[in-house]
Amino acid sequence: MSNYTDELVDFDEALDRYDPVLGFEVHVELNTKTKMFSDAPNAFGDDPNTNVTPVDLGLPGVLPVVNKTAVEYSILIGLALNCQIAEKCGFARKNYFYPDTPKNFQTSQYDDPIAYDGYLDIELEDGEVFRVEIERAHMEEDAGKLTHMGGAAGRIQGADYSLVDYNRAGVPLVEIVTKPIVGAGKRAPELARAYVAAVREIVKNLGVSDAKMERGNVRCDANVSLMPKDADKFGTRTETKNVNSLRAVEHAVRFEIERHAAVLDSGAKIVQETRHWHEDTRSTTSGRPKSDADDYRYFPEPDLVPIVTTAQWVEELRSRLPEPPAERRKRLKAEWGYADKEFRDVVNAGVLDEIEATVAAGASAAVARKWWMGEIARLAKAADKDIADLGVTPATIVELNSLIEGKKINDKIARQVLEFVIAGEGTPSEIVEKRSLAVVNDDDALGKAVDDAMAAMPDVVEKIKGGKMQAIGALMGPVMKATRGQADAGRVREIVMEKLGL
Amino acid sequence: MNELIKLSGAELAAKLRAGEVTSVEAVQAHLDRIAEVDGALNAFLHVNAEEALAVAAEVDAIRAAGGAEAEALHPLAGVPIAIKDLIVTKGQPTTAASKMLEGWMSPYDATVIEKIRAAKLPMLGKTNLDEFAMGSSTEHSAYGVTRNPWNLNRIPGGSGGGSAAAVASYEAPLALGTDTGGSIRQPGAVTGTVGVKPTYGAVSRYGAIAMASSLDQIGPVSRTVLDSAYLQELIGGHDPKDSTSLPKDLEGLVAAAEAGATGDLKGLRVGVIKELTGEGYQEGVQARFNESLELLKAAGAEIVEVSCPNFKYALGAYYLIMPSEVSSNLAKFDGVRYGNRVLPEEGPMTIERVMGTTRAAGFGDEVKRRIILGTYALSAGYYDAYYGSAQKVRTLIQRDFDAAFEQADVLVSPTSPTVAFELGANDNDPLAMYLNDVATIPANLAGVPGITVPGGLSENLPVGIQFLAPAFEDARLYRAGAALETLLEKQWGHSLISQAPAINTASIAQEA
Repeated sequence: MSNYTDELVDFDEALDRYDPVLGFEVHVELNTKTKMFSDAPNAFGDDPNTNVTPVDLGLPGVLPVVNKTAVEYSILIGLALNCQIAEKCGFARKNYFYPDTPKNFQTSQYDDPIAYDGYLDIELEDGEVFRVEIERAHMEEDAGKLTHMGGAAGRIQGADYSLVDYNRAGVPLVEIVTKPIVGAGKRAPELARAYVAAVREIVKNLGVSDAKMERGNVRCDANVSLMPKDADKFGTRTETKNVNSLRAVEHAVRFEIERHAAVLDSGAKIVQETRHWHEDTRSTTSGRPKSDADDYRYFPEPDLVPIVTTAQWVEELRSRLPEPPAERRKRLKAEWGYADKEFRDVVNAGVLDEIEATVAAGASAAVARKWWMGEIARLAKAADKDIADLGVTPATIVELNSLIEGKKINDKIARQVLEFVIAGEGTPSEIVEKRSLAVVNDDDALGKAVDDAMAAMPDVVEKIKGGKMQAIGALMGPVMKATRGQADAGRVREIVMEKLGL
Repeated sequence: MNELIKLSGAELAAKLRAGEVTSVEAVQAHLDRIAEVDGALNAFLHVNAEEALAVAAEVDAIRAAGGAEAEALHPLAGVPIAIKDLIVTKGQPTTAASKMLEGWMSPYDATVIEKIRAAKLPMLGKTNLDEFAMGSSTEHSAYGVTRNPWNLNRIPGGSGGGSAAAVASYEAPLALGTDTGGSIRQPGAVTGTVGVKPTYGAVSRYGAIAMASSLDQIGPVSRTVLDSAYLQELIGGHDPKDSTSLPKDLEGLVAAAEAGATGDLKGLRVGVIKELTGEGYQEGVQARFNESLELLKAAGAEIVEVSCPNFKYALGAYYLIMPSEVSSNLAKFDGVRYGNRVLPEEGPMTIERVMGTTRAAGFGDEVKRRIILGTYALSAGYYDAYYGSAQKVRTLIQRDFDAAFEQADVLVSPTSPTVAFELGANDNDPLAMYLNDVATIPANLAGVPGITVPGGLSENLPVGIQFLAPAFEDARLYRAGAALETLLEKQWGHSLISQAPAINTASIAQEA
């Protein structure tokens, strides 16, 4: 029944003939303390089936109770996506039999989502802004997790049996659905990636989700269709499920465009179906047929009463909204005066917060960037840790920098001091003191060290006198040794020249 | 027969408080009665003797010790109670009278069970019902029919036939039932007992295995109106685990029953629902109903006729909404997590086939009939015509009630159009069985409370009189119900239940 084909059409060629239409359903797992409809902990990584109550297991007789925090988080997401917030909305039951869904229905929102009619302005790499219209953002519960045993690569096909973990069952989700996105043309894959990245960033910035795609906190279903350049009707779409990294979103959209074009070019029709994304081969395979008439027998959830959102409540939540990430970036870039590339590198390194805090603590934007993008990034990479987990505070940077500017230490020693800070030895000043790392620029002490070195190397002195200035370098070794590396090399040079009257 | 079992819950409670009897004696007397007659009746699916006696002994010890703890005991402490087996209980099996849950032990207690435990009422056991509460005769239990104590060849009503028969036969003074379309009131009517469906949300549904969530309500079953008032006050109140439970407790139920028992109804406007009399109601039922109206009038009530024109659509709407919710509520019974799992005997062992085989084997015909009906009613393309229209009817029925309660403080009707029918009479005609609930269903669709009280006999079988009140006004039911109970008993010179014939335990034993 599937029109499976290995054929692909070159991307640029495909888009010479067809216009792509995209649509995304992004599922965001909220990081509330408890689940959507029960007081079981909402936690990741615990032993299977430990974060469950009778409600999460769908035992006979149980009833759901809506988590108010989840509703507030959903409203925050709606507001951040420039949506309208429903004054009254409710839940519905989506009926289907599957063992990861303990009641054999999912409690979801159907025809009255809590947020609707929004938009998000997506800035592409070159600064072009593309507006994505948001159809709706609605609340629902996550399903449990199935693990298929005995088959190949954890697939259900050929498995002997399956295990189910209901820890995730009932975790609050917000599903964000776009309107059809037209006009992206060859930038469709790039836009897809940027859109999902923007949603992830927004929910992270709101603090309502851990937003880790690798943990499934943010999951994307990507819909793609093609229509001939001169057509005015959308083509048949496919829905590639669970594309779970930004790179995969970009690749999946690209792949489907190339595949659709090949199918259409051959004169065949696209089958409306779900597709599975395979990271290893960077391709999709046919899933199950999907039609708009899939019958989930939705009806209003009779165990729950409607949610009423007062204007006062919504405005109170609106006042809690942080600055939107895109606006904040624009503002910070201007304030810091970074070049485009410098700023992009900072964003990509994920140290915007750290630099902002460091500048707020008194360092210059240039100094903050030097440290966070330089030594700290290097140490984080070496330790295989997130920069944020190294334990370096903005105060550390400010203190290190003032030690350098006060000529107490040089750059090289400052880098050592930083390592000692990370090792937990104390503040930079304490470490400099304790380890006697202050730069020796006391002329008496230096002068003596220089005298000793010159006395020990008369031939070198002769060379310098003869105009071979680079020979001064030979004196550095003994001087540094005598001062345990804390001599200021520039000052040593000056003293030598003074002593020789040069 | 030990005379202790003839006492009402309130009378027994008074004797316990006075130290005239112990709770252990009372519980043992009821356990003895169960041992004596339940072979014939099959009202109990599980008898919880050990735990009931332990709770009774605990109450007795507290009373014997005296002091603050004894003072703090609930008025009904030590009075035994039976529980419809649709309500989950720790330590006792919960089956919903279905093969699907045979042997299943709930790891948690329903909210009403928590309250009963806290008040220290010994639980005698779990009572029989139509499977998952679907039926009006208790013939659709997977564990055998329950028989009517008045006539063992008759049905005890349903779905709560077990609780009603247990109370009617003195196996228990009190019981819990659930009422989705009449499952407390219709069994009450045909067994000559009292049953109340409280206002929707007045009693937490948490732990009552859902049949139709928007209609289900737990309520009291007893032999006197006062007992039901005590029991509703005990089990009622807001529950944070049930989003549909009322925010405020309903108060003054016992006081209303006591006030009603004076037999004075001056100033009470009683509305006779035109659509719930006449055609379709047995002559004897209609006669007892008319006699009750005369008594109410004599006691000072003003009788008015009200019309609820949309009630004629109630049964149709109910049989769309209820099965729709059933089809979804019962989806969880699939053999994956708990209960019976039945594997296909041949063919591939896929999850869909295991679920299908389990459900085919685990559910009885009436349950399957309703699941199929509901699945159809919710299907794309039919939803608006069936479920959607039924919800509109529901609104119209609520408006009918609103208009009727403009004219009357309570409404009155026969509880059931007929007395108990013979076992097996409607085996091949589910629609005839459904018609038994024609008078009780409107209250569930509108969420208003209803009570049935014994109204006399027809063909030597009990007739029930139903009162309905506006939402949250359950107290009015207890006042009107207690008044009619008092007036009738005064007229007869005895209670109706005292006229029930002795149960012939031998006849059934021989049949079996």
